[in-house]
Amino acid sequence: MPRLAGKVVGQSSFYAAVITLVVFAAFPFYWMLITTFKTDGDLYNLKSIPYWFNAPPTLEHLKYLFEDTLFVQWLSNSALIGLCVVAITLLVALPAGYGLARMPGRSGENLSIGIFLTYLVPPTLLFLPLARVITLLGLQDSLWALVVVYPTFTIPFCTWLLMGFFKSVPREIEEAAIVDGCTVVGAFVKTVLPLSVPAILTVVIFAFTLTVQEFVYALTFISSSSEKPVTLGVATDLIRGDIFYWGELMGAALISSVPVAIAYNLFLDRFISGITGGAVK
Amino acid sequence: MSVIAQAAAPRRLARSRFTFDRLEVLGPLFIMPAILYVVVLVGLPFLLALYYSVSAYSIFNPSYTFVGLKNFREVIDSEIFRRTLANTLIFTISAQIIGLLLGKIGAMLLMQEFPGRRLARALIVLPWAVPVSLATLAWVWMFDSLYSVINWTLVAAGLIDAAHRPQWLGQEDLAMIAVAVVHAWRLFPFGVVIFLAGFTSVPQDVLDAATIDGAGFWRRNYQIILPIIAPIIMIAVIFGTVFTFTDLSVVYLLTKGGPINSTQVLGTLAFQVGILSGDVAHGAAICLFLFPFLLVAVILLLRSLRRREI
Repeated sequence: MPRLAGKVVGQSSFYAAVITLVVFAAFPFYWMLITTFKTDGDLYNLKSIPYWFNAPPTLEHLKYLFEDTLFVQWLSNSALIGLCVVAITLLVALPAGYGLARMPGRSGENLSIGIFLTYLVPPTLLFLPLARVITLLGLQDSLWALVVVYPTFTIPFCTWLLMGFFKSVPREIEEAAIVDGCTVVGAFVKTVLPLSVPAILTVVIFAFTLTVQEFVYALTFISSSSEKPVTLGVATDLIRGDIFYWGELMGAALISSVPVAIAYNLFLDRFISGITGGAVK
Repeated sequence: MSVIAQAAAPRRLARSRFTFDRLEVLGPLFIMPAILYVVVLVGLPFLLALYYSVSAYSIFNPSYTFVGLKNFREVIDSEIFRRTLANTLIFTISAQIIGLLLGKIGAMLLMQEFPGRRLARALIVLPWAVPVSLATLAWVWMFDSLYSVINWTLVAAGLIDAAHRPQWLGQEDLAMIAVAVVHAWRLFPFGVVIFLAGFTSVPQDVLDAATIDGAGFWRRNYQIILPIIAPIIMIAVIFGTVFTFTDLSVVYLLTKGGPINSTQVLGTLAFQVGILSGDVAHGAAICLFLFPFLLVAVILLLRSLRRREI
């Protein structure tokens, strides 16, 4: 009997630990969810228990968000920026990753580590001079500024990921295509690229999520509400003076986070193996 | 392989096609756009930042007059900057320690098989996956001066008196704790995932052999598993530290560096001085204090990346 008791205690403390950690991680998201659907009277009532609805849930905040704010515009700005950055990233990183993977000896590896290291250069170090560069390009206060700047961190990371992948594609496949009369470019496009669909998909997801998550450059370069991406618009424009529209704010945060979180979750393992340089498969 | 390509290309082909068939020529051509992008938009701006920091440049007086190290001297002499530097170190180190501890605990829990494990993992990863500015907003609301759910819970549990509710973002000491906790919250899922990946990469037969030889739980943990996964953890620590040390968004959204600069970090101070006050030269000088630290991170990362290949 004591053994059984010990097992029960062990089991329940294990679950208690798991639940504590999950609550710590996820509670803010639960809080977003419940705030979104609470009426103002319920939100700003100190007497009632805040964890659940004390008045019937409402769609009022979401309605206001979609009809009376620029939220939809911000979402589409983010999508537009994301798509353009993904396109630029693929265009630049695909050939670069391939070129590096096929360089003789260790020079490709070294060069790619050099490119990868620029991923460590933070926005905090560069936002002041880049603001000047953006003005020189005539892109100040425009979402195109972000389209130009965001590839500075997606290209290094994606080139690195793609190089790792291309190295695992056997050379014999391209050589066979070249013997059959393909050019080097033709062999790359016709044989290597079709094999790389999973890697390309990963890169697309990463470039997109990294872009949507960015905040500092957006904060620095953009001040017109209509040009803002969603992360910036929600954080700065839904706060008027000292008045917070908490229902709207949390609704907006939730709606914009969910797709990003799902995409990220699905590709997390690849992100990790990228960051650890393939040390973890 | 270029030899094969040459042999295969029929002689009647135009010379230009012949040239473009050689990987020695094409390789650099393939890599060039990536390098150009990085040089033009990372390298050159960095040089510009260096120049700003030794000039008198501000948005009101955009002159590139050279003033030597005057900006750096003034920055170091300022009380606020010294406090900022200390804050940055304190909050980076504490967030890292909490993040790593929780990361290790989380990974050890998730290594076990139990019903709902996948869901638990997905929920734990959320803080890392969601855009930082949006996730931080939830915390701003949870730390609200009047309607804070944290305070409500503490009052309901009888731990604090309703009349003396703590102002999480308004009191100097509490604000620092709040900022560090939010950072640790955001960082620990990254730790969980890295530790998890590390644990699964340890070969089971090594563990079995150790167990048979009489190694207990702690010995297996600290003398076998930890040394094996050390390089991976090292990389995680480097990235985590860089992300925290250079971060601006969490502090900006939670406290804007206040109250009275008690949560000011290098990023927010540089933003305030360089963008909001328009004093680009001093802002750039403040940012550049990140650089020696980044250099160390880069060197450490290079060493770990090299080591894994040997």
